[in-house]
Amino acid sequence: MSLLDLFKRRGSAPVARERLQVLLAYERRNRSQPDLVSVLREEIMAVIARHVQIDQDYLQVSMDRGETMSTLEIDIQIPNKSARPLAMSA
Amino acid sequence: MGKVVVVTSGKGGVGKTTSTAALGAAVARTGKKVALVDFDVGLRNLDLIMGAERRVVFDLVNVIQGTAKLSQALIRDKRVETLFLLPASQTRDKDALTEEGVGEVIEKLSSVFDYVFCDSPAGIERGAQLAMRFADEAVIVTNPEVSSVRDSDRIIGLLDARTVKAERGEQIAKHVLVTRYDAARAARGEMLSIDDVLEILSTPLLGIIPESQDVLKASNLGSPVTLSDPTNSAARAYIEAAKRLEGEELPVVVPFERKGFLDRLFGRRAA
Ligand SMILES: Nc1ncnc2c1ncn2[C@@H]1O[C@H](COP(=O)(O)OP(=O)(O)OP(=O)(O)O)[C@@H](O)[C@H]1O
Ligand SMILES: [Mg+2]
Repeated sequence: MSLLDLFKRRGSAPVARERLQVLLAYERRNRSQPDLVSVLREEIMAVIARHVQIDQDYLQVSMDRGETMSTLEIDIQIPNKSARPLAMSA
Repeated sequence: MGKVVVVTSGKGGVGKTTSTAALGAAVARTGKKVALVDFDVGLRNLDLIMGAERRVVFDLVNVIQGTAKLSQALIRDKRVETLFLLPASQTRDKDALTEEGVGEVIEKLSSVFDYVFCDSPAGIERGAQLAMRFADEAVIVTNPEVSSVRDSDRIIGLLDARTVKAERGEQIAKHVLVTRYDAARAARGEMLSIDDVLEILSTPLLGIIPESQDVLKASNLGSPVTLSDPTNSAARAYIEAAKRLEGEELPVVVPFERKGFLDRLFGRRAA
């Protein structure tokens, strides 16, 4: 690595490069099959829908796709009256 | 009801997406509730410029087709809490947007937000027409060169003919935003002057954004230029333009090049 490289690294281009790598890796994977986070999202929602009637208004889904780690947040507000007793609850 | 502002140009690559992000963020920073809507279906980019590309779950087409609620598709900005993005989808099917669907989305947004900025795709076809359809105001992004000014003229024609407001016989408020203005080239007479542009388009001026490395830097970082470094010349020009959009009367100063001694001596172009 030359001295010049050291200086170049301080610019904004490395950030751009890293952001693009994460995004494009995701988009390319997604062209052939949906990514794990999306599959999980769909399946978790299906499971929840089996037990409670969820109003879409009370459901927030957020994702953050990282390079080594992604987060999936599902925030559901369940009105007490609509929750059917769960088979597994004691 | 909030104001619906379309950011449009006809010609591609003149700075619509950059301007949508910069103006929207500048307005939101003052506490106004702002939604940015990406209409560039198939080629979305506003998410990248806003640095929200990793957080897209649902998009405009999902909302129109009913697979997601509007509230679920809106992404809140991490820096300015009154700023939201509604991403475009990456599907190639441009007909996924219906006029009725777009109308409903815009209506809902404008009942909640103070400003709804619509980032238009390039061209004068369906996508661009849908982006402007429900607008109250238009920011026409123009570069000071012949093909951009000509396309702006065509867009102005469409704004006066094909928007709901125009069809009702009302006036849609139009503003020209000159971007990528290079003071050095203007000084050498190599670029259309601001007066030329305004005279040809006979539309009031919202601002002049200088050609600036800071714009590229901001897009690398995924931040509107008005948030990443509000002090640089492009950011300041956008912040002033945003104030004018909100009705403040600020004179527009044409950026000029202070020529250094060596430049004058050798007729060299200043950086
Ligand atoms: N003031 C400026 N100074 C320097 N570069 C700029 C400036 N404004 C925009 N650019 C650059 O011009 C390019 C096009 O900008 P942008 O994507 O905002 O245009 P657009 O009109 O949205 O394009 P499209 O028609 O493809 O949607 C980008 O690389 C952007 O960084
Ligand atoms: Mg664009």
